[in-house]
Amino acid sequence: MANSSRASVRTRSLSSVTGRLTVPERFGDAGQTYGALAALILIVLYNAFFTRNFLTEQALRVNLTQVATIVIVATGMTLVIATGGIDLSVGSLMAISGALAAIIFMSQRGPLDNALIGNTLAFVVPVLVAGAFGLFNGTLITAFRLQPIIATLVLFLAGRGIAQVMTNGELRTFRNPGFQYIGMGRPFGIPFQVILMLVIVAIVAWVMRSTTFGRYVLATGDNEAAARLAGVPIDRIKLAVYGINGLLAGIAGLIVIAINSSSDANQVGQLMELDAIAAVAVGGTPLTGGRATIVGTLIGALIIQLLRYTLLSHGVPDAAARVVIAGAIVLAVLLQRQRGT
Amino acid sequence: MTDTVPDRDLLLRMEEITKGFPGVIALAGAQLRVARGEVHALVGQNGAGKSTLMKILNGAYRRDGGTIVFDGQPVDFHSTQQAQASGVSTIFQEINLVPYRSVAENIFLGREPRRLGFIDWPRMNQQAREILEGLNVHVDVRQPLMNLNVALQQMVAIARAVSFETKLVIMDEPTSSLDEREVETLFSVIRGLKASGVSVIFITHRLDELYVVCDRVTIMRDGRTVDERPMGEIGKLELVARMLGKELGEVRRAGATGFAERGRQATDHPLLEAEGLTRGRALQGADVTVRPGEIVGLAGLLGSGRTEVARAVFGADQIEDGEIRYQGQRRRFRSPAEAIRAGIGFSSEDRKVDGIIPHLSVRENLTLAALPVLSRAGVVDRERQREIVDRFIDRLGIKTAGPEQKIRELSGGNQQKVLLARWLCLNPKLLILDEPTRGIDVGAKAEIQRLIDELADDGLGVLMISSEIEELTEGSDRVVVLRDGKTVAEIDHDAINQDTIMTAMAHGDSEPAVQPEP
Repeated sequence: MANSSRASVRTRSLSSVTGRLTVPERFGDAGQTYGALAALILIVLYNAFFTRNFLTEQALRVNLTQVATIVIVATGMTLVIATGGIDLSVGSLMAISGALAAIIFMSQRGPLDNALIGNTLAFVVPVLVAGAFGLFNGTLITAFRLQPIIATLVLFLAGRGIAQVMTNGELRTFRNPGFQYIGMGRPFGIPFQVILMLVIVAIVAWVMRSTTFGRYVLATGDNEAAARLAGVPIDRIKLAVYGINGLLAGIAGLIVIAINSSSDANQVGQLMELDAIAAVAVGGTPLTGGRATIVGTLIGALIIQLLRYTLLSHGVPDAAARVVIAGAIVLAVLLQRQRGT
Repeated sequence: MTDTVPDRDLLLRMEEITKGFPGVIALAGAQLRVARGEVHALVGQNGAGKSTLMKILNGAYRRDGGTIVFDGQPVDFHSTQQAQASGVSTIFQEINLVPYRSVAENIFLGREPRRLGFIDWPRMNQQAREILEGLNVHVDVRQPLMNLNVALQQMVAIARAVSFETKLVIMDEPTSSLDEREVETLFSVIRGLKASGVSVIFITHRLDELYVVCDRVTIMRDGRTVDERPMGEIGKLELVARMLGKELGEVRRAGATGFAERGRQATDHPLLEAEGLTRGRALQGADVTVRPGEIVGLAGLLGSGRTEVARAVFGADQIEDGEIRYQGQRRRFRSPAEAIRAGIGFSSEDRKVDGIIPHLSVRENLTLAALPVLSRAGVVDRERQREIVDRFIDRLGIKTAGPEQKIRELSGGNQQKVLLARWLCLNPKLLILDEPTRGIDVGAKAEIQRLIDELADDGLGVLMISSEIEELTEGSDRVVVLRDGKTVAEIDHDAINQDTIMTAMAHGDSEPAVQPEP
């Protein structure tokens, strides 16, 4: 009895979330999103027929679990790119967040010895710290007028160094079910990070569509001079998007160390900035700013993920798969550019 | 047009030059004739076609039609390099040299003197020194270019041009970033060029400079050459009249615009009083006052500081000195957002550059400035937004496929109406309009002018910047005239006419001068 009611809750909650996501944000964005959506459907159909064990719960879970961190980071990256910026530091911020979390919940001192307090702080503090680093990026860009690619290169380089110093460059393994729920938990049989991913995507998509902030982000990226004259607080908007991007990178860092049961400052978030940018581009958000489709980014990340999964499960070596994926990214962006402006 | 120079003395003859860009005709039969060893001024309003003509001359653009004869040969330059090799050099406003390399390297960039395949430094430095000394400039040619001030960097650019065996140097607003002493240095260099037989085409918006250094002037308007004269034979007032396309003493024609007859009684308490606005060289003590229910015209030539006054009042640029009182209180807005909250709107001059948000819809463009008012806890109230958008589309007669159409797909006139609505929906007290009817069709223009009129009747204070004399004479209750960043005249309603405005633009006071200056 209890089981069956739980199952029905699961189907309802999933469909209500995904149902909202497939609604196009605006008519203007629909074209961009539908192209990517069609590509995604094609890949799914191909796999359904030609990849063994694709339509199993396990394959679904593997793919969704692997894509969750990319989607979470790429969602923040979409906002940054919508303002006309870029953020190279997300991978390093994930490493900092992961390193800090492990230090906090592995600490035996004072109140941190209490598992509940320790774990709570291990969730909250690293995310806030990553958010603060994001604000640092935003400050370099707004107050010191550095170009975003240079400003965030600072933490791309220094951030991983900071994480390594924090952990003395050592790999730390742990077993902490309370903390690791974020990467291993399965409420209603769904991996927790997948739920987290969907919630973040839904919230950010709603924010972009319905709030003043969302409109300001797009106006800033589309025509900064005009937006400023219309009263848009350009600098605060930029600070906010880099801050949000930092927060989301922080969350992604926690998920990664929870899955790995270890915090490795050298590996956590490695190349994440590029995966995220690729997902944004494939999803239909132009890197020139002024337009953004959060749902598109989700789809873009899924396309890249499934393409890799398809190739690997058909025995294509990883090295060759990378080349194919790179080609697919170029193709996707070219197609969108032809249809777009 | 008078032939002032015999053909055989001409270095350059450009005739019947035409050039179109998608949707615009930039040049419709322009002519330019420059004699050997003369300094030739090229003047005209914004959009007259000066820059396009120069870009055709120096190979940056290809012409659609017309002939160019340079140094006795018909020419058709395909690139600026080719033009330079043939003796046409251009000095741009923004200096395009390499800041980190030495002065000498910059002069010889790309054709350094070599010995055995290596740069012959002593020879290069020696030659660079000689060229600069020829221009009466004495600097250490081994130091990086970035160590020099802007004026000296410009001299280096000129030295580079001269070292190409240049016959003609084009200077596009070379003085815009120079102070007075630096301008003097530049002028002495120009005189040096002239003495050595080099011709100079000199583009500037500062009238006084023309008379100091130029021999003859070509005046352009709307893509055509309208006059060519020796500098000494045309007074400032006539020059301005030719640029604007007005005849001196022309009878005022009523009804050329959508404005009704003036005669509004403004209240006494000023809404805006700006005094002594100063910022860099652009603003050097500008004053303007606007009362509620009054349309104040802001007149002046290009570069006189009109837009800068508007931006300073609106908080888009910070002033270095001066005082702004708004509704009787001293205010200095630190950002446009602050000015908007205080009830000021500013519709900018160039819709594309700082007006529209191209990829957003009509709805979102129209309500962009009103979003703080239209939202609760940061969430936009869609219903109220929709209601306001529908109301203004209806009231201003905006022609659009619907509120969700992207604004960049609208015509210029309709874009301008959306931008006006962006401010009107906030119910502002002061509206600053920078060229409110530029580049839009006649019908929409009259509609917008009527609208401005109605708004002023309802008590809105309007500061209207315009390059069109009719718009100022028929639309304004008062006209403030700027010249070189200073307010030089304030013309009351009864005295507003083309002559008073143009006289003030040219001379700095509104007393009509009958005789052109010698």
